[in-house]
Amino acid sequence: MIAETGHFALILALFVAIIQAVVPLVGAHRGDRAWMDVARPAALAQFLLIGLAFGALTWCYVTSDFSVLNVAQNSHTDKPMLYKVSGVWANHEGSMLLWVLILALYGVAVSAFGGNLPPALRARALSVQSMISIGFILFILLTSNPFARLDPAPLNGNGLNPLLQDPGLAFHPPFLYLGYVGFSMAFSFAIAALIEGRVDAAWARWVRPWTLAAWVFLTLGIALGSWWAYYTLGWGGYWYWDPVENASFMPWLVGTALLHSSIVVEKRDTLKAWTILLAIIAFSLSLLGTFLVRSGVLTSVHSFATDPARGVFVLGLLFVCTGGSLTLFAIRAPSLKAGGLFAPMSREGSLLLNNVLMSTAAGTVLLGTLYPLIADALNLGKISVGPPFFNGVFLPLMVPVVVTMTVGPLLSWKRSDLGSALARLKLAFVAALAVAIGSWLMAGGSATPLLAAGGFGLAAWLFVGSLLEWGERVRLFRAPFGESLRRAAHLPRATYGMTLAHAGLAVVIAGLTGSATWTTEKIQVMRPGDTMEVAGYELTLQGTEEVKGPNYTALRATFHTTKNGVFVADLKPEKRQYTMPPRPTTDAAIHTNMIGDLYAVIGEPDGKGGFVTRLYYNTLVPWIFLGAVIMVFGGLVSLTDRRHRVGAPLRKPQTLAAPAAAKA
Amino acid sequence: MTRKQRRLYFVLLGMLALAAATALVLTAVGDGMVYFYTPGDLKTKHVPPDRRLRIGGLVEKGSVVKDGKTVRFVITDLTATVPAIYTGVLPDLFREGQGVVAEGRLDAGGVFQASEVLAKHDEKYMPKEVSEALKKSGQWKSEAAPK
Repeated sequence: MIAETGHFALILALFVAIIQAVVPLVGAHRGDRAWMDVARPAALAQFLLIGLAFGALTWCYVTSDFSVLNVAQNSHTDKPMLYKVSGVWANHEGSMLLWVLILALYGVAVSAFGGNLPPALRARALSVQSMISIGFILFILLTSNPFARLDPAPLNGNGLNPLLQDPGLAFHPPFLYLGYVGFSMAFSFAIAALIEGRVDAAWARWVRPWTLAAWVFLTLGIALGSWWAYYTLGWGGYWYWDPVENASFMPWLVGTALLHSSIVVEKRDTLKAWTILLAIIAFSLSLLGTFLVRSGVLTSVHSFATDPARGVFVLGLLFVCTGGSLTLFAIRAPSLKAGGLFAPMSREGSLLLNNVLMSTAAGTVLLGTLYPLIADALNLGKISVGPPFFNGVFLPLMVPVVVTMTVGPLLSWKRSDLGSALARLKLAFVAALAVAIGSWLMAGGSATPLLAAGGFGLAAWLFVGSLLEWGERVRLFRAPFGESLRRAAHLPRATYGMTLAHAGLAVVIAGLTGSATWTTEKIQVMRPGDTMEVAGYELTLQGTEEVKGPNYTALRATFHTTKNGVFVADLKPEKRQYTMPPRPTTDAAIHTNMIGDLYAVIGEPDGKGGFVTRLYYNTLVPWIFLGAVIMVFGGLVSLTDRRHRVGAPLRKPQTLAAPAAAKA
Repeated sequence: MTRKQRRLYFVLLGMLALAAATALVLTAVGDGMVYFYTPGDLKTKHVPPDRRLRIGGLVEKGSVVKDGKTVRFVITDLTATVPAIYTGVLPDLFREGQGVVAEGRLDAGGVFQASEVLAKHDEKYMPKEVSEALKKSGQWKSEAAPK
C-alpha cells in the first residue's frame, strides 16, 4: 500500500510538473501575473509529492518490505539501519528518485527565496526547472520504477553490494547529486534569461550563490568519493581518471569557471553570453555524467547492471536539453549586449583566461572519456584511455591556471598594471622558488623530481600569493595593527571565501605532488611475527583473528607499528566476507600523522601460514582531503556573505516586463 | 579597447588554448591509450611487442597458481588462451571462472606480464569487453549474462 502511494504521488508530481512547465511560461509571455504565480505553489506541491514518493520508498527499505522488487534486490534484514536508508539511493531506481527530489528541492528554494526576483524571470526559470523534472520523472516512471512489486515476496532480500555499505559512500551520492542538480539552477536561469533576452547584474547576483552552493556540494561529493576509494578499495590510490570520476569532474571544472565568470557579470556587466554558455555546458555535463553512469556505455569500475532502454532515454534527454538550449543560445546570444569593456591585462582578463583554460581542460577530459566510445563506433579497436593521457594533458593545462589565479585577484578591474601586481607578489615568488629547489633536492635532485619541484613550487606560489593578497587588503604591517584588524573584520566574507578556497587548492596541489613523488609501496608475504620496514616505521604482523560483524565475518590482522622502537599504533586491516550478497571486501587500516598515511592491507593467505600484505606510506595524501575540506569551507564562508543573501535587488523599472515585484 | 578588439582577443585566447590542448593531446596519446585484445586476437592479429595492452576474458578454471605474492593464471576466451603472471594483491573479485581484465605487456615468451588486474565493484557485472569477447568467440552463454 505504501509503495503504491509513493508510485501514485510520483505520477501526480508529473502532472504538477507539466502544469508548472506550461502555465507560468505562457503567463510570462503574456504578462499575466496570475498565470505566472502558478509556478510557486506548483513548485511546492511538486516537492511535497516527490518527497512523499521518496518517503514511501524509504519506508519500504526501513521496514524491509521485500514485496517491493527494488527493496528485495538491494536490501536485507541484517543490514545496519544506516545502510537500509542509504540503500534507497544506492541503486539505480532510488538514486534517480533522489535526483528528482533534489531538483524539486531547488525549485522550492527558488519560490521560497526568490520573493524579490522579477516575477517573469522567476516564472520562466521555474518553468524550465519543471521541464527537466518532467523528463526525469518520465524516465523513472517508464524505465525505472522503484515501486514495482514482486510476487511472491521473498523471505529476505539480496542485500546491498558490501562496497557500498560504508559511511563515506552513504553520503557520497546525495552530495554529488546536490552538486550536479544544483547546476540546474544556473541552467534554468540562463534559459529564462535567454527567453527574456537580457542578462544583468541582478541576474548574476541571483545565480552566483546557487552556483556556489552547487560547487560546494560537488566538491564535497567528489572528495567523499575519492576518500572512499582511497580507504576501501585497498589499492592506496585516490583518483584513477575512471570515466565515472571524470563524469563528476567535468561539471566541476566548468562549474568553477561559471562561478568565476558570474562574478564578472555581476561586477562588470560583461562576459554575459560566455557565462550563459558555461551555465548550459555545466548542466549538460551533469546530464552527461548521469548518462555515463546510468547507461553503462563505458567500462568503468562504477558500471552498474544496466538496461539499454535507460541509456537511450537519458541520451534523448541529454540531446533535447543540450540541443534545445544551445539552439536557443545561438538565436539569442547576439542580442546580449556586453557592457563594460576591459583590457586583456585586468581582473576580468585574468578571470577570462582561466575560464578558457578550465573549459579547454574540461574539453580534453571529455575527449579522453568519450574517445573509447568513438573509437569503438568507428571500428578503430577497443581502447581504454588511462591516467597517463589525462596526466599528460590535464596537468600542463592547469599550470598556467594556477599561475594566473594567484596574480588575478591583485589586478584591478578594467585595466591594470601587471608589473605592480607581480612586484607585490615578490614574496610568493621567492617562496615558490625556495620550495621548488628544496623539494627538488629532497626528492633526489635528478630529472624525475622536476615534477615535485614544479608541483610544490606552484603550491607555494598559490598559497603565499593568496595570503599576500589578503594581507594587502587589510594593509598588514603597513598600517597600524589595530587598523589592519579593523579592516580584516570588515572584509566581505566572499573575500575570505576566495582566499580560503585558493589556499585550499594549494594544499590539494601539494598533497597530489607529495603522493606522486614519495609514495612507498611494499607487497610481500608475511607470517605472524614477521616485521617489515616502511618509510621508517616497523610493522610487525602480530597475528590474525576471525571477527564477526553484523552481516559479515572478517579476517582481521594486527600490525604492531613502532617508529625507532616507540609504539605508534596498532593497524588492523580486515578482509571481510559478507553473507548477503556473498562477497569479499577489503578494509584498509590507515594511521595518519597528517604528513603521511601509513596504510596496511591484508590479502589472501598463501596456504602456508603466511598472508600477502600490502603496506604503503602515502606521503601528503591527507593534505588532498584536508585541502578539499578547506575549499569547501571557503565556499561556505562565501555563501554566508551578506551580499549573497540579498538575492536580486530591484532592476531598473523601465525594463520590467511585469509590475514591480510584490510579495506573492 | 573596442568591442571588436575584445572579440579578437577572446577568439585568439580560445584558439591558443585549443592549440595548446591539441599539442598536449597529440603528445600524450601514445602512452595514454591502451588497446584491448582477447586471447583470440593475440593469435590472429599482429600485436607489436613491448606495447601496453589490456587482455580480457575468463580466468581459466584450475589455472591459478599462487607462489607467495606472485600469481600465475590463464586468461581464456574459451577458444584461445594466454598465460599471465601478476605480482601483488589480487582484487577481491578475482576468481577462477570469472571475468577479468589485465593490463600489462606481452614478454618474448608469450607470457602476459600483468601490472594491473582490474577489479569490478559488482559480481553480477562482467566487463563489457569480456562479454563481447565471449560473444565473438561464440562461447557466450546467456544464462551467464549480466542483467
